[in-house]
Amino acid sequence: MIKTGIYINASCIIRHHSAVKNGQPVYEERHADLPDFLRALYDRFNGQYPKFHKMDLLSKLGWAATEILLQDMPMDMYAPEDTGVILANASSSLDTDEKYFETVHDIASPALFVYTLPNIVIGEISIRHKFKGENAFFVQERFDTAFITGYAAQLLESGAVKAVVCGWVEQYHAGHEAAFYLLETTPRGMALPFSAETAEKLYR
Amino acid sequence: MQDLKEQIIQQLNLQEVKPEDIGDDQPLFKEGLGLDSIDALELIVLLQQHHNIRIAKPEDGPNIFYSVRTMAEYITAEKAKQA
Repeated sequence: MIKTGIYINASCIIRHHSAVKNGQPVYEERHADLPDFLRALYDRFNGQYPKFHKMDLLSKLGWAATEILLQDMPMDMYAPEDTGVILANASSSLDTDEKYFETVHDIASPALFVYTLPNIVIGEISIRHKFKGENAFFVQERFDTAFITGYAAQLLESGAVKAVVCGWVEQYHAGHEAAFYLLETTPRGMALPFSAETAEKLYR
Repeated sequence: MQDLKEQIIQQLNLQEVKPEDIGDDQPLFKEGLGLDSIDALELIVLLQQHHNIRIAKPEDGPNIFYSVRTMAEYITAEKAKQA
């Protein structure tokens, strides 16, 4: 069902070592392993944020998806409190949890420990883009587009925020998938009237 | 100090920094290399793993980790004590 006054202004899907923005392929590096693929995305779409290299793979994936999503979509017309971030995944931070556990046998790594929560990816995105609005991270078996985008739309309808970056960011070992959307109350970019069906279609 | 700079780069995963980019007396935190509190913990781990040195007084941390030179001087002094 289309909700009036809410638009999907941008989308970014990353899976199988390729990135698609607003339905159009923007980058592909099929022969790279996941760390090298994410580094290639960083070099291609930003390259000016050294803290990227300290992030775990989940945060790098979400960070890179947001860079692509918001490319040519400035957010500085909003107050920091006006942009929310709502994300979900299936594996939580398990990949980093395992890596951290390996270090515990010797000297536990502080740098890994700080990434042993899945919502840290929201923190990294928020620091990068100066977002201070409502945020939440859900752990689900699969990407429930209707639930996540519906939650984001409700935030917009209630006036809690004026823009939401929302979607799915899943990573475990080499497996990875990100599906990000920019929802706003003002149309710009691809400006698709919001519906869960449209979000699902962009995901598929 | 060259070896210590390489250890810092590896420990902190500073992929865009080369040893020659770090001045011997350049502050490591804030306006210098821009390290943060988690990096400080990683530097403590570096001292333990690479030099078998444990910092006895945490309050000495800011002086020990002020620059590569102060770190090197601390490591030299502690190794002399261990010898």
